[in-house]
Amino acid sequence: MRDSLLKTYFFATALMLLSFTAFASDENTETEGGYDPVPVIMHHISDSHEWHLWGKGQESVGVPLPVILWTDNGLVSFMSSAFHHDDEGHHIVERKGQKFVKIHDKIYQLNSGSEHAIFDDNHHLENGSRSLDFSITKNVASMFVATLLLLFIFLKVASFYKNHGVAAPKGITGVVEPIIVYIRDEIALVNIGEKKYMKFMPYLLTVFFFILINNIMGLIPWIPGGANLTGNIAVTLVLAFFTLIIVNVNGNKEYWGHIFWMPGAPWPVKLLLMPIELVGVLTKPFALMIRLFANITAGHIVILSLLSLVFIFKSVAMSLVAVPFALFISVLEILVAFLQAYVFTMLTALFIGTAVAEHH
Amino acid sequence: MYAAIGAGLAVIGAGIGIGKIGGSAMEAIARQPEAYSKIQTAMIIAAALVEGVALFGVVVGLMGLSN
Repeated sequence: MRDSLLKTYFFATALMLLSFTAFASDENTETEGGYDPVPVIMHHISDSHEWHLWGKGQESVGVPLPVILWTDNGLVSFMSSAFHHDDEGHHIVERKGQKFVKIHDKIYQLNSGSEHAIFDDNHHLENGSRSLDFSITKNVASMFVATLLLLFIFLKVASFYKNHGVAAPKGITGVVEPIIVYIRDEIALVNIGEKKYMKFMPYLLTVFFFILINNIMGLIPWIPGGANLTGNIAVTLVLAFFTLIIVNVNGNKEYWGHIFWMPGAPWPVKLLLMPIELVGVLTKPFALMIRLFANITAGHIVILSLLSLVFIFKSVAMSLVAVPFALFISVLEILVAFLQAYVFTMLTALFIGTAVAEHH
Repeated sequence: MYAAIGAGLAVIGAGIGIGKIGGSAMEAIARQPEAYSKIQTAMIIAAALVEGVALFGVVVGLMGLSN
């Protein structure tokens, strides 16, 4: 019995270690005889118009994603495969009489009358500008998948309660219910108080599970995971912005009184505190945004750097060191995924609590 | 290059901060073992906040790197 358990563990570990070879980098930028990991890592954590699977340069294989641009001539849309894997601005895609090039995963529209892209000495495009980009990029596609997953899970959970009422949960509900109860009892009730916590539970639950699911999906190295959504500062900006709106729209007289005219302090201190507190209204969600973005992105960069060690030293033997280390860091990153979702939700509940607190 | 030095300095701050938090959490648990889970929760929250601040520094380092 112990023997077969040991064999199971061995094979499971071996399989897990093997899965990291899927990370093996494919965009190789050769410096003088060396391997430069920085562009590779940056490519893996940034957004992209194509979901890259394997291969490099012209032979790369990926899932092309729609490019949707709002230009002066109206809406232009095409699949990113129209660029034929060109990232340097050479291949021109022409739609509705306008020319588009892709440089470092950003799409530029060439000024009218230009025949091809002209670069200045700093490799910046001279004769083009960016149009409004509403493309379904890798991050957007990943967010759609995460949303479908969330809907699938929570519609199941809701239908369980509709069919069975308040009963001992079975199946996926059994996994989700303790988390929801924890958020309700330890985060919302404690911070917001008994009278108003139910009003904010939908937002807190949404934020927690959205961040959690996207963090976890970002750690899975194969499609549809691995898109680093919560490591995109635009996404965390929007989440923090929602918190900002919800906290300040629900602020009662006590809350704004504390900001503008702190009670219980001598009047010079009151005057001094007002600009500090006003800035604090903005810096608290700003810190939420930076905390989530930096934690997730830094985690991905660490894992990718460890795996890049194999390519820097150009030896397979290095992988015996790098892959277990990367595995350990990945497990740590799973903890960070949960923790960051928890911290974001808890701080949001805390801020909401200060906004709706009654006078005691 | 200086971006890497800046990020390293920020990480020193995180290491010291989280080390102190962990140390005082250990002492508190040693004094009162039955409060273990409450102390652990508070420690995790404080550590996440300190790490958030340190990662401000890392973000600025990243910004210096991509130039």
